[in-house]
This record gives sequence, C-alpha cells and structure tokens, in this order.
Amino acid sequence: MSLFRTELRRLTKRRFTRYMTLLGLLVLAAVVIGVFFSNQKIGAEQLARAEVQADQQYQEQVRYIEQERVACEQAKKAGTPNDGRYPDDCSMITPPSRDQIEAKWFLPSTFDFRETFDETLIPFAAILALVGFVVGASFVGAEWSTGGMMNLLLWRPKRLTVLLTKLAALLTGILAVTLPAAVLWFAGFWAVASFRGSTEKMTSGVWQSFMLTGVRGVVLVLALTTIGFALASLGRHTAMALGGVVALMVVGQFGLGILLSMANVRWAEAFLLPTYALAWMTKTVTLQDWNSCNATYYGECKPDTLDITWQQSSVLLSVGVVVILGAALWAMRRRDIS
Amino acid sequence: MPAVLEIEGLRKTYKSRRRGTRNALDGFDMRVDAGQVHGFLGPNGSGKTTTLRTLLGLIRPDGGRMSLLGHEVPDALPAVAGQVGAIVESPQFFPHFTARDTLSLLAGAGEVPATRVDEVLELVGLRDRSGERVKTYSLGMKQRLAVASALLKNPKLLILDEPANGLDPGGIREMRTLMRTLAESGMTVVLSSHILGEIQLICDSVTIISLGRRVAFGPVDEVLAQHSSSAVRIRLEAVSDLPAAIETLTRAGIQVTGHPDHLMLAGVDKPASVTRLLAEQNLYVSELAPIAVDLESVFLELTATAPVPGQHRQVDESMKVGGTGQPGPAGGGWGA
Repeated sequence: MSLFRTELRRLTKRRFTRYMTLLGLLVLAAVVIGVFFSNQKIGAEQLARAEVQADQQYQEQVRYIEQERVACEQAKKAGTPNDGRYPDDCSMITPPSRDQIEAKWFLPSTFDFRETFDETLIPFAAILALVGFVVGASFVGAEWSTGGMMNLLLWRPKRLTVLLTKLAALLTGILAVTLPAAVLWFAGFWAVASFRGSTEKMTSGVWQSFMLTGVRGVVLVLALTTIGFALASLGRHTAMALGGVVALMVVGQFGLGILLSMANVRWAEAFLLPTYALAWMTKTVTLQDWNSCNATYYGECKPDTLDITWQQSSVLLSVGVVVILGAALWAMRRRDIS
Repeated sequence: MPAVLEIEGLRKTYKSRRRGTRNALDGFDMRVDAGQVHGFLGPNGSGKTTTLRTLLGLIRPDGGRMSLLGHEVPDALPAVAGQVGAIVESPQFFPHFTARDTLSLLAGAGEVPATRVDEVLELVGLRDRSGERVKTYSLGMKQRLAVASALLKNPKLLILDEPANGLDPGGIREMRTLMRTLAESGMTVVLSSHILGEIQLICDSVTIISLGRRVAFGPVDEVLAQHSSSAVRIRLEAVSDLPAAIETLTRAGIQVTGHPDHLMLAGVDKPASVTRLLAEQNLYVSELAPIAVDLESVFLELTATAPVPGQHRQVDESMKVGGTGQPGPAGGGWGA
C-alpha cells in the first residue's frame, strides 16, 4: 500500500502529468464553451425569423424558376440547340410549393440534449484517452530513462509488483481525473442545452444509454492509458510509446487506408482501428459498399452493409491490452536492468 | 567473523550474434565480512558493475551462488533489500524533482520514516540545497544525493559504486570519514572505486577483479605484502662509483638496474647485506631506501593495465587468471 501511495504521489508531483491534464481539461472546456456560443435557444422570435427567411427563399426560388422558364422558351423559339440545360417541355419548369421549403431549415443551431449529447462523449473520451496515453507512457518511460526504475527496484526488488503497482496508481490517477471531468461534461452540456437548446424528452432510458456510453468512454480512456504505459515500459522509454503510436497511425492506418482503397478492398474501414474505437463508443458503425447494388421494391439501389459492433471492438481492445501489457510484464520479469 | 556478502563461481555471459559470446563474469568469487570496509577494484569492463547489479537482482546470473546477510539471493532479495543500501554506477534521478522529493518518495516506497530524510540530507551535506531540482545539481551533489538515498534505509550493508566520482577534494575526505564512521557503527561497506589511494586509506580488505575473475583478495596489508617486490634504491657518495657497484652487486647475485644517479636492486632479502658488500669494496652508500609497494602498483601489476609508452591499451585488455600474465584482448566492449 505504501508503494501504491508513493507512486500516486510521484504521478501527481510530475509536471508533465499536471500540464497534460490541465491541457486536456482546457480543451474539453473549450469544446463546451464553443458549443455554448455556437447554439441558440429556439423561441418565438427565432421561429418567426425562420418563417420570414423561408418565405424569402420561396420568393427567390419562384423568381429564379420563372427566369429559367422564360429563358427556356426563348431558346426554343430561337432554335438554339438544347445542350441538356432545359427540358423539351418548358412548362415542366415549375417552382416548388411553399410547404416544400421548411422554416426549420432556417432555424439557428440549437443543442438538443437528448439528440446530441451522445455524440459529445466521443471527443470527451478521445481527448482524455490521448492524455492518458501520453501521461501513462511518460510516467513509466521517464522512470526507465532517468534510472528511477532501477533505484526503485533496489528498494522493492519484486519487479512485477512494482510495475503493476505503478500501473494501478496511474489508472487511479486517470480515473480520478476522468470521473469528475465526466460529471462536469454532463453538467456543462446540460447547462448548454438549458440555455442554448433543449433538455426535453429525457427519459430514464435515454439517461441509461448516456451512462452506458459514458462508461464505455471511461473504459476506452483506461485501456489506452494502459497501452501507453505498457508500450513505454516495453521500450523502456517514453519515445517508444509515442513513436509507436505515430508509426501505427501514419503507416498502419493512413498508409493502410490508402493502400486498401487503391486496391478496392471491400470494407476497407473494417481494417482500421478508428472504426472500432467509434463502434465502441456508438455501439455500431455501419459500413457501406457502394460498389454493390441491391435493388429494392421501389427501384432504389441499396449498398451492401457491414456492421462493426461494440462487442467486436471490445474483443479487439481486450486482446490489444492483454498482449501489450503481457509483453511488458514478461519483459519486466525477464530482461536485465542495466 | 560472519560473511555479510558471499559470492561463489558467479557467471554471466552476454551473447550477441554480431559480437559473439563474452563472459562478463567467469566464475567470480568474493567474500566480505561483517563490519569491514571492503574495496572492490577492477579495470573498466572487468565485471565490477555486473557483479553489483547481479547481486542486487538487476541482472540474472547464468550460474554461481550469492548470499547477502546470510540469505541466498536473488530469491531472498525482497527479504534483505531493506537492509542493503546501494548505488550502482553513476547516480541517476528524475531531474525535475528536488532532492527532498526524491528521497521522500524512496522513503515512502520503502516504508522508512520521513524524519530519516532530514537525517541523511544533513549527513551528506545537502540540507540547505535539498529544495532545489536535481537537474541543477553538479555531479558531486548528485553523488551525495545517491549516497543519501543508499543511507536512507540505515542499512546493514552499504554498497557504493564509485561514490567519490565528481566529488571535490573536501568531499572525498568527507566521504572517507563517513565510510569509516559508518563502519565503526557496525555497518559493512563495499566500495568500488578507481581512486586506489582512497581505497588503501579507507579499506580493511579488498577484492581485485579482472576479466570477470578474482585475481586478488584479502586484507589490504596482506595483498600488498604478497606483491611486495623487495626492491631497494641506493645512491652512492660518488656517482662515478656506480659501475663498480653494479659489478659487485651483480657478482653477489642481486638484480641491478642502473640509472644515471642511482641503482635499483631487486630480490634483496636483507638491505644490510648491500651496505656490507659495497663497503668491502670501498664504495660508500649515501642513501638506501626500500621501495614500498602501494595498491595502485599491485592493481596495475595484477590486472596488467599499466600504461606502456607508445601503446594504447583497449578496454578488456587485462590479466587473465592462470594465463601467462600478458595482456590480451578478450573481445566485447563497454558494459561490464
């Protein structure tokens, strides 16, 4: 327990931890503030203004269509060759009806908590996962590269206990930031919705769904923190984790994505990790193959689809964590420390 | 006297596809008795640090037996680690923490009372600078901090690898006094150093390692005596008498090396016989001085690392035990 408390102290004493956490929280705050100022509450005034704008749009459309119809008839009289711009029968050029131009198109952006909050949990998890990854990598990587790990092992020779205690302290620290941040995130967007949108139709089912998405977000943060920590421990340097992830993203993801798309591989996105991260957060990502065409009863062409589910993502995430952390533990146990 | 540290037949081999196999430790033996200050000497790359790292569980040995404070290690290391304070190689600390933070975190990990931090800071002379970040410290100050971290546990056995590195002359003297004080208080100290004059002054006993094997061990006086060459330097009243003296002494079976103003004699059991022999030939001695051997010369002789004019000795070119005594390359490089 003393080692755990000490490692927690070491984690919070590190300037890098403090700065990265502060930076992450500032970015999250900036997102909430940005959403606040880019949305408005819809009232009678906004609805009236939207009606006026819809009317104006309708009038413009009528004028434009009339001009086009006249131009069509003139072209027909002049015998100008029809290059496909106008139909054979100019009377077919008719303006839309007034009800086809809806006032809601002209409403300002508004934050509907029930409809939109779920999506905000994706950047929340992504930003904190990034912070967790970098802080986790630095926490153990700097210990290795500065000799701190060797010093510690002279005091506590049980290597696996030391590494796992460090990880436990790191995850506790990240959790201690993530959970209050999640509460503030909920509260912040609730305030945004209250003042710049709507909090209507919030049923217990919706709350439950948000909570589950939040829990999945927290799990993603902890998993990526663990992976960052394990990679840096494996390479005994922070750069191992950061370099590894840059290489993976640039070569393994962008490169692979381009290669797969050039090779016209079906379901190319199914080979890319961000798809699984998104599926983890949104429960399902549906991929579409636009090269295929399934004719419907109404003559529409529907693409083939492939669902990537959060369960599949959970398997990938679990295997990733187990393999990388397992390798780090194995290396910690077996490799000489010099 | 009970042994605090025992090593028998310790082996550590590094294998590399590119550089082949290198025996960093090749059946190394060592014994340190309780309450001693023990010097652990060897040239660069001889296996000193590998020995210490292996002993402390940082490196896995390929063979041999080790014990610390009567417990077999590495198995019993968790049980004895609290009684063994150590610094291995150059002091390394997280640069952005202060000395106090560094020691306080170690004390926390080792369940040592926080008051001990102030005690050791005082002991190594860092009390007034303990609030500064380690990255602002000089090498000597880092060295003091490293010693402080090793003393934090109030250990029964203190292992210090090059503790005088970077210390100013005053610091070296303070370190020497500290070692002696600690030994007098009952602590056993193992000291690895290249400052052989210091070792000779501080240590009760020594172990000398070369190419992963022990080449000498025992109390300092005994090691010196074993390698005493019975050399004597003489000067005569008249320098012009030197050739006659050489002839007389050589005839008597003494090995003589002539110099412009003096002679060096080897294999002299009784220096009085030299004066008698020369006086019989009316050659009068103005100075006769037995040459005392020191640890440095013994070390250089045993490890065959004495500099030779015009030659550049490579690391690992030193004495092989049981060999011809000629230095020879053993392969490998840095990293023992």
